[in-house]
Amino acid sequence: MSIQVIQPGLLSLLQDAGRYGAHNIGLTTGGPLDRQAFEWANRLLGNQLDACAIEVSFGGLQLQVQADTYIAVAGATMPLQIDGVDMDLWTTHRVKAGSKISLAYAQHGTRTYVAVAGGIQTPSSFGSRSTVVREKIGGLNGGKLVDHDILDCMPTKQLQRYTLPPNLRPQYASHVRLKVVLGYQHALFDRPTKQLFFSSTYTMTDRADRMGMRLEGPNVACGTSQMLSEGICHGAIQVPADGQPIVLLNDRQTIGGYPKIGSMMSRDTARLAQLRPGNTVEFCAVDIHDAHNLNALAAHRFQNTQLAAIDG
Amino acid sequence: MRIEVASENSFIIYFNDHIAAHTSAQIGACATYLRHSMGPLLIDLVPSYASLLVIYHAQMGDHYQVKRLLREALAQVQDESASAGKLIHLPVYYAEESGPDLALLAQRANLSIEDTIALHHNMAYQVYAIGFAPGFAYLGEVDKRLAAPRIATPRLKVPKGAVAIADRQTAVYPSQSPGGWNLIGLCPTPMFNPQQDPPMPVNVGDQIKFEPINRSEFLQQGGDEQLLLEPIA
Repeated sequence: MSIQVIQPGLLSLLQDAGRYGAHNIGLTTGGPLDRQAFEWANRLLGNQLDACAIEVSFGGLQLQVQADTYIAVAGATMPLQIDGVDMDLWTTHRVKAGSKISLAYAQHGTRTYVAVAGGIQTPSSFGSRSTVVREKIGGLNGGKLVDHDILDCMPTKQLQRYTLPPNLRPQYASHVRLKVVLGYQHALFDRPTKQLFFSSTYTMTDRADRMGMRLEGPNVACGTSQMLSEGICHGAIQVPADGQPIVLLNDRQTIGGYPKIGSMMSRDTARLAQLRPGNTVEFCAVDIHDAHNLNALAAHRFQNTQLAAIDG
Repeated sequence: MRIEVASENSFIIYFNDHIAAHTSAQIGACATYLRHSMGPLLIDLVPSYASLLVIYHAQMGDHYQVKRLLREALAQVQDESASAGKLIHLPVYYAEESGPDLALLAQRANLSIEDTIALHHNMAYQVYAIGFAPGFAYLGEVDKRLAAPRIATPRLKVPKGAVAIADRQTAVYPSQSPGGWNLIGLCPTPMFNPQQDPPMPVNVGDQIKFEPINRSEFLQQGGDEQLLLEPIA
């Protein structure tokens, strides 16, 4: 069983949950920018939540399946068609051998996940199938999907179909409040600078990719620029001398030397990654206790959300 | 030593505010200790010049538990002074055809090219950090006289194996990439091979000694002749 790429769209990448345990040789994590949408797509198929899927940025992907299987698409609202018929996102769909799947350009949000029953079975590298284009690792030959790529998949078995009730689906707004855990060099940022950072609105620029998102707004430089390079975690917010924050994401370099005020919670980097240039954000500070509680609560809610079964 | 929160699931331990060999030894020992003591709680470690980033599974243990483990580790490595790492020899073909910035560095240091080369390979370097690109190891510190700022306009293509200097750091480019470091030679030993286990010949905490080789040794040891026929821009 396999799937053929007819048109890759602007940027479509194979991603599983990411590559862990390889920072010591300089490899970054990769993985889905919006972990929530990615996990929903897998869960709708009864897959392992970390199964490899396609992350479609902006849209334009067209696929053809070579054998009967099931798919689910979750994330930014990219109009989905199967053999020319409009289909719902956040829903399990049965697709027949030869069927064409197409995703138009996103109306809200930017990243959508196409999961396939059993997960995509491309070779893994350093324990993960995730593609990091900058490192030329993962995916098919380390690159983004191109025309004629063949993606191996598991043979199909009969699946119960589900949908996530519309009132439970995430909304992709154009202004979001994002939670930040103070950390790293936060003590170098004086009180007025921190107040400015947490009370201002920042705008997404077009310098935004899987490595990081550069935001524009009031200058919050801390005055220190000489720093030894150190490990950079997911969500770290670095502020170079120009005072404009950069949120570092899945494909970040693992070490760097700019001062950091703290790190965005991963649930919120997922929301950040759904924004477009010109959209706006505000930051709010949470302490490490709040962060753990919020994550535990969100995990609990995800586990207890019932999908609605679809007959037939 | 100071433990700071870095994110919802990571801590960063600061061992020192400047680069020092004993600091590097402590970081290496601490990383090894945590790999054993944290078990499945550990996701990833990023050792660097004077710090260690520790990323953990926040679903498996809270930050109090992790912080306690970090304190235990720090108590264990307090007295570490010598690096437990290996000494690794890497061959380098130092020449103007393999190192286009060699002449400029020699001129700046007011040395002959031969003395400049000797100054680079006469000492052992500590592996302080790995990052920037897969397999890119930051080595230090080079002799003060060889310290050189990054070139004004970074090259679009630094070849695989290029031996380079920036400030008092030196490194071997593991693959062809853009870069702004000063190039002084070529190393035929692959620094990153995903098909090999381990994929890198060096780890943070190891020491590296460069061994000068000549043109024909470079080619015998797998060096790419193309890089010499069309010298690096």
